[in-house]
Amino acid sequence: MTGWRLLPYGTGAVLVELAGAENVLPSRDALLSQGHPAVRAVVPAARTVLVEFDPDAVAVADLRAWMERCLAAPAPPATGAEPDPPVELAVRYDGADLPFVARQCGLPVAEVIRRHSAAEYTVQFCGFAPGFGYLSGLDPALRLPRLASPRPAVPAGSVAIAGEFTGVYPRSSPGGWLLLGRTDAVLFDLDRRPPALLRPGTAVRLRSV
Amino acid sequence: MSGVVEVGVSGVVEAGVSATPRTLEVLAAGPLATVQDLGRAGLADLGVSRSGAADRGALRLANRLVGNNEAAAGIEFTLGGLVVRLTAAATVAFTGARCELSGFPGGWHTALSCPAGTVLALGTPSAGLRSYLAVRGGLAEPPVLGSRSTDTLSGLGPAVLAAGRQLAIGTAAPGQPGEDPGRPRERPGWPDGAEPLVTVGVAAGPRADWFCLDGLFDARWQVLPDSNRIGTRLAGPALRLRPGFERAAAQLPSEPTLPGAVQVPPDGQPIVLGPDAPVTGGYPVVAVLPAAELDLLAQLRPGSGVRLVSLPIDPRSVAAGRPR
Repeated sequence: MTGWRLLPYGTGAVLVELAGAENVLPSRDALLSQGHPAVRAVVPAARTVLVEFDPDAVAVADLRAWMERCLAAPAPPATGAEPDPPVELAVRYDGADLPFVARQCGLPVAEVIRRHSAAEYTVQFCGFAPGFGYLSGLDPALRLPRLASPRPAVPAGSVAIAGEFTGVYPRSSPGGWLLLGRTDAVLFDLDRRPPALLRPGTAVRLRSV
Repeated sequence: MSGVVEVGVSGVVEAGVSATPRTLEVLAAGPLATVQDLGRAGLADLGVSRSGAADRGALRLANRLVGNNEAAAGIEFTLGGLVVRLTAAATVAFTGARCELSGFPGGWHTALSCPAGTVLALGTPSAGLRSYLAVRGGLAEPPVLGSRSTDTLSGLGPAVLAAGRQLAIGTAAPGQPGEDPGRPRERPGWPDGAEPLVTVGVAAGPRADWFCLDGLFDARWQVLPDSNRIGTRLAGPALRLRPGFERAAAQLPSEPTLPGAVQVPPDGQPIVLGPDAPVTGGYPVVAVLPAAELDLLAQLRPGSGVRLVSLPIDPRSVAAGRPR
């Protein structure tokens, strides 16, 4: 791992800021594979990883030193643990913003669909709502800002893009991402263990149907 | 799962004793009442917020008073107005914002042994915002992802309470009800009507160096009425970015967040994230409230004045007490 900074996050957490998005999951893995009894959670996001710890169990200086050692260590060998199997989502590309996206990108609609469904995605982090995964790997030609004003209701299963990410709305909610299509997959199910279909590190493929 | 164990124990204990289920019936919920325990920790990487009591210390205290595990589920109610009826004899305790409790003068911060049929009617607190009801045995609502907390943003957990709701009372209580065993019953600096300006301590956030911090610490902030369990909105002189950080702030990619994080949107009016806030956010975090300070903030009503002071980072010195 090269290029990181540790930033304060109150008395019970430290934030790792990384040079690039591609460093986020390796950093998370490095911290998780070493493990520390006082660490409560390791949470990735777009360029950062938050390490939450019990401030009564470890001094922050000692925790930061442990984090530096984890991040500086060479990539851990495969643990033998099976990675999550890749998830394939069947997508109907009939989203309300498809014509707009095609115009903005200067591509035919069919080419937008082809590029969006050809990419190999990885869940970089979850946020916004339970089970909402931010999928990295979006074709750079499809990067567009989110809507200036979010829609009050986006249907569950909507497949959408914003900035460098694509994602799927787990349930109907307000949302400002550009809608390309729909999937019938259940993204978050309380009766499933774990409940989220898409978790940090999960590989995702989209199939146009 | 603990809920299953409680149901089994309950069946054994109550067999042949009474066919009446032990429930707490909500007759009135007041402005907002929810079931809360200490929340769903450790699921942020699935996008699940912690949720749980907004004033965690107050819920813990209520549980200790009735002999429960500190993490048992109780009721969090906002600005009083809660009325409940016990269908069976039960031991309860109230903590947090002190409300008038008809029939029980001095009934705050103490275990109350109530016969079946007791109606507990709470008035409006004279100070503070959130009160807690713990019942010996805890509330036995079905846990969702390991917690009985209502997450008002995602909808996880029990529905928001309304009149007519029946809440089953569990039987798991490891201790004996009574006086709180040896801990401060009321934290110092707790807001009351005589204190126009409440001091809340913050530790540095990841983007503290992006802002003119004098603006954060010199201002008299005011709690806005649209504050809730997702966030406490503060109004005051707009917090300014230091020259050269405008672009970084506008383009900040989503970062993980925690309850207590002080986010600064482009309008410069800070938002302190509450227990139901999303687990990631795109606004820079200038400071973070430690747990005890977040408990205090959770008791500030709209209109309250707040002054923020800088705490040392070392958790040992934070544990020793916040500046008065």
